Amino acid sequence: MKKQKIVVVGNGMVGHKFIDTLLASSNADQYQIVTIAEEPRLAYDRVQLSAYFSGSTAEDLMLTSETYYQEKGVSYKLNEKVVELKPEENCVVTASGHKETYDQLVLATGSYPFVPPVPGREQPHCLVYRTIEDLEAITASAKQSKVGVVVGGGLLGLEAANALKNLGLETHVVEFAPRLMAVQLDEGGGQVLRSKIEKLGVKVHTEKNTQEIVAGEKCRYRMIFADGNYLETDMILFSAGIRPRDELARKFGLGVGERGGIVINNYCQTTVPNIYAIGECALWSNRIFGLVAPGYQMARVAVSHITGGTEQFLGADMSTKLKLLGVEVASIGDAQARTPGALSYVYQDGINEIYKRLVLSPDGKKLIGAVLVGDSSAYGNLLQICLNHMEVPESPEQLIVPASDGQAATGLGVDALPETATICSCHDVSKGAICCAVRDGATTIGAIKSSTKAGTGCGGCVALATQVMNSELTKLGVDICTDVCEHFSYTRQELYHLVRVGNIRTFEELIEKHGRGLGCDICKPLVASILASCWNELIMKNELAHLQDTNDYFMANMQKSGTYSIVPRVAGGEITPDKLIALGMVGKKYRLYTKITGGQRIDLFGAQLEDLPAIWQELIDAGFETGHAYGKAVRTVKSCVGSTWCRYGVLDSVGMAIAIEERYKGLRAPHKLKFAVSGCTRECAEAQSKDVGVIATENGWSLYVCGNGGMKPRHADLFATGLDDQTLLKYIDRFLMFYVRTADRLQRTSVWMDNLEGGLKYLKSVIIDDKLGVGAELEKEMQMVIDAYQCEWKSTISDPEKLKRFRTFVNSNKRDNTVVFVEEREQIRPANEEEIVRFVEANELETA
Amino acid sequence: MDICDSSDVLPNLGVRALVNDEQIAIYRVQGQLYAIGSIDPFSGAAVLSRGIVGDVKGQLVVASPIYKQHFNLATGVCLEEPSVRVKSYPVREIAGRVQVLV
Ligand SMILES: Cc1cc2nc3c(=O)[nH]c(=O)nc-3n(C[C@H](O)[C@H](O)[C@H](O)COP(=O)(O)OP(=O)(O)OC[C@H]3O[C@@H](n4cnc5c(N)ncnc54)[C@H](O)[C@@H]3O)c2cc1C
Repeated sequence: MKKQKIVVVGNGMVGHKFIDTLLASSNADQYQIVTIAEEPRLAYDRVQLSAYFSGSTAEDLMLTSETYYQEKGVSYKLNEKVVELKPEENCVVTASGHKETYDQLVLATGSYPFVPPVPGREQPHCLVYRTIEDLEAITASAKQSKVGVVVGGGLLGLEAANALKNLGLETHVVEFAPRLMAVQLDEGGGQVLRSKIEKLGVKVHTEKNTQEIVAGEKCRYRMIFADGNYLETDMILFSAGIRPRDELARKFGLGVGERGGIVINNYCQTTVPNIYAIGECALWSNRIFGLVAPGYQMARVAVSHITGGTEQFLGADMSTKLKLLGVEVASIGDAQARTPGALSYVYQDGINEIYKRLVLSPDGKKLIGAVLVGDSSAYGNLLQICLNHMEVPESPEQLIVPASDGQAATGLGVDALPETATICSCHDVSKGAICCAVRDGATTIGAIKSSTKAGTGCGGCVALATQVMNSELTKLGVDICTDVCEHFSYTRQELYHLVRVGNIRTFEELIEKHGRGLGCDICKPLVASILASCWNELIMKNELAHLQDTNDYFMANMQKSGTYSIVPRVAGGEITPDKLIALGMVGKKYRLYTKITGGQRIDLFGAQLEDLPAIWQELIDAGFETGHAYGKAVRTVKSCVGSTWCRYGVLDSVGMAIAIEERYKGLRAPHKLKFAVSGCTRECAEAQSKDVGVIATENGWSLYVCGNGGMKPRHADLFATGLDDQTLLKYIDRFLMFYVRTADRLQRTSVWMDNLEGGLKYLKSVIIDDKLGVGAELEKEMQMVIDAYQCEWKSTISDPEKLKRFRTFVNSNKRDNTVVFVEEREQIRPANEEEIVRFVEANELETA
Repeated sequence: MDICDSSDVLPNLGVRALVNDEQIAIYRVQGQLYAIGSIDPFSGAAVLSRGIVGDVKGQLVVASPIYKQHFNLATGVCLEEPSVRVKSYPVREIAGRVQVLV
């Protein structure tokens, strides 16, 4: 069947969401996707745009990558604007003359900042705030300016004001309306906000209508207002609202609204059925939605409609909660009490400048709106009450009055929410879905995020989702206790800290100082792992040995029959013929089952305890070291042959893989760690499925982190690009040590990152920007582990006392008769129960 | 039945003994010796001597290294499924030797 071709015009937040959702749908392979983007890069997080001023790079803000699109077969054109739309021919044409036909067209062109038609607005240093390029221009202009004015005191204007202030400018906000955030706030809220903002040094001018921008005397420009006053400034930032980018629709005959916007129906179709419009450019029921969550909803609806689903867009809630210039502000529903007969409760704290207002239905039973300034902690609760039409408590003022000492704040609590309540509006996740995930075993917020996607959009619902999860856990009778076990009332992270800071070297010392009892099979291996991560002493030492899981204790992997498998290290998967022969000889001599592992090494199965030392003696003589396949430790660094042999290779992936494996071998961690290095973006080493993945590019190494295979596969996230060898290792040092320091027991890197507040971005700020100032310390700790490395098997073999542990019986030289093998495909395998019975019977006959 | 030298049974590290075809796990915890059957009833593998010892809910236990059930060192009863138990044996130390009564 021929694939349907879908062309997406605009690769902004919503256009990308559409593509991502379509790719994730079950019949994704039936579509060929093309996206045409006017901006020089693929979609980035516009919502977080201001973070650019606090050090985030364009790279950090990216929502996707070219590699990802390539991998998924999405074609894209950057720096290309669509200028013609021919519905009759089903094609679009770009400014450079490129023609693209389509079966379905999706317009996701967003909006543009509205600049009031003031004479003089087109001069240099008169800017807007929408794209990364705009921000670059603002930064450049700020360098040559002392005073800055933001025109527009709405949500975006105040965010822009914050940016100017942080750039060191004397900052003014000029607003046409009588108050700030006129759309979202009421009079009282606007006043409190204004007073708070002015205290922060931003000057607010309301009811000012700019008439003209002329040359200034003290500053570059002078803004002349309708009331005759003026204000001098060096730069002007227009943030006076947005207008939908509907020019294609307008010019080529699609229905548009009177005041702009591409008209769509409940399926997000425009007036031409095979053309959809989604995001800020779309007009539904005469409304434009200038927030990302409704846009995402439209993206889902359009995908659903194209793929034969029935989802509809039925409007969206425009409640918002944000922090403007550090001031918490939230607005819900009918914040201005426009509903006839609406009742209000207002709470005002003049000292701390907190303003809260509840708007109730005329019968006083339902919450229909709210305003919160200075303290928005009640937002989640109020929003749910409002959206779910729940009855307010008997004295509704409780909802906004601060709790008196010792009393819990009153709210209806998450238990009162109906199952259908939407907790995450970005990904449309209901309370019921979260509870269901909890019942299916997701017991951390990280697990909830990865199984339901809740909290992975704007992140605003994480607190509420956590409450829902905790409440469900309590209902299930799960103790939400973070103690590692009954012997230590600490988390793993706390124990790690105690060990490190207290320079504790043994389990006995730790449990005596900080725990109780004897320990168990949870805390002992956990402490063993922490001690190894910190001090890297030989795990075979008497005082450490009894803490180890049997695998670590015997330095081999116990298999189901109680026999062991052995995996020597083959760094980077590179092995000489002589070593291969040595492995073959050992396998043959000890009758071991041999298999190649996924990590590019060779596993020898079926060894009995007492044979382990002899086998290892031969392996060590042949030049092998232990491979730590038995430990929660660094396992393998998989690699492709790279530039040395491959026609496409860009860098020496094998060399780097070996360097990495040699560097980190022996590092013990909360869970196993797998690495890979690919020599080019074809990615033959599958680095993007590893905890640490490295991919060679023309500009240096790209580093990916926190991927894994296994039961719940997860792609690694792009962490940094264009790295030289040294920086690459520095980042990996820090990354690994930070993981070792802060992860929970048996937590893979992916879950760990999902549980870090701020996730990937936070991790980047710690590792790359060294936000916590621990970079050097982490590197030092890693160096200590590296310096302390010894091959555990080599040290063990030379110690006759330790070798005693490998005796099968203390009192006999007999072998374990519960171990029985049979042959299959010319190798041994453990006998099944039936075979064992037969074997025993035959033996008895013989001896009889 | 004489098994081994006292020095062969180190604190918290189990050893395995073979007595008339029975596999017995012997441990020394807090100075006291314990002996139970070494075959894990859940997996059929003779691995209990290789488990981690400790205390859980006030009982001295060993954890099976295969599927992690706990067995009381004194009685052999499985904590997770009290209907399952391994044999327990009287054990003592005399003149520097460890002896088990089978
Ligand atoms: C500073 C700032 C802060 C914000 N904060 C929040 C917030 O806190 N919460 C919130 O919900 N929302 C916020 N928003 C709004 C949010 O960013 C938008 O709702 C969202 O980006 C809309 O997505 P979109 O895809 O519809 O439009 P966009 O993200 O603008 O994407 C449209 C893309 O289409 C391209 N395009 C347009 N025409 C063409 C053409 N003819 N050919 C090719 N390409 C074209 C544009 O260049 C653009 O890249 C903020 C916006 C800004 C600017």
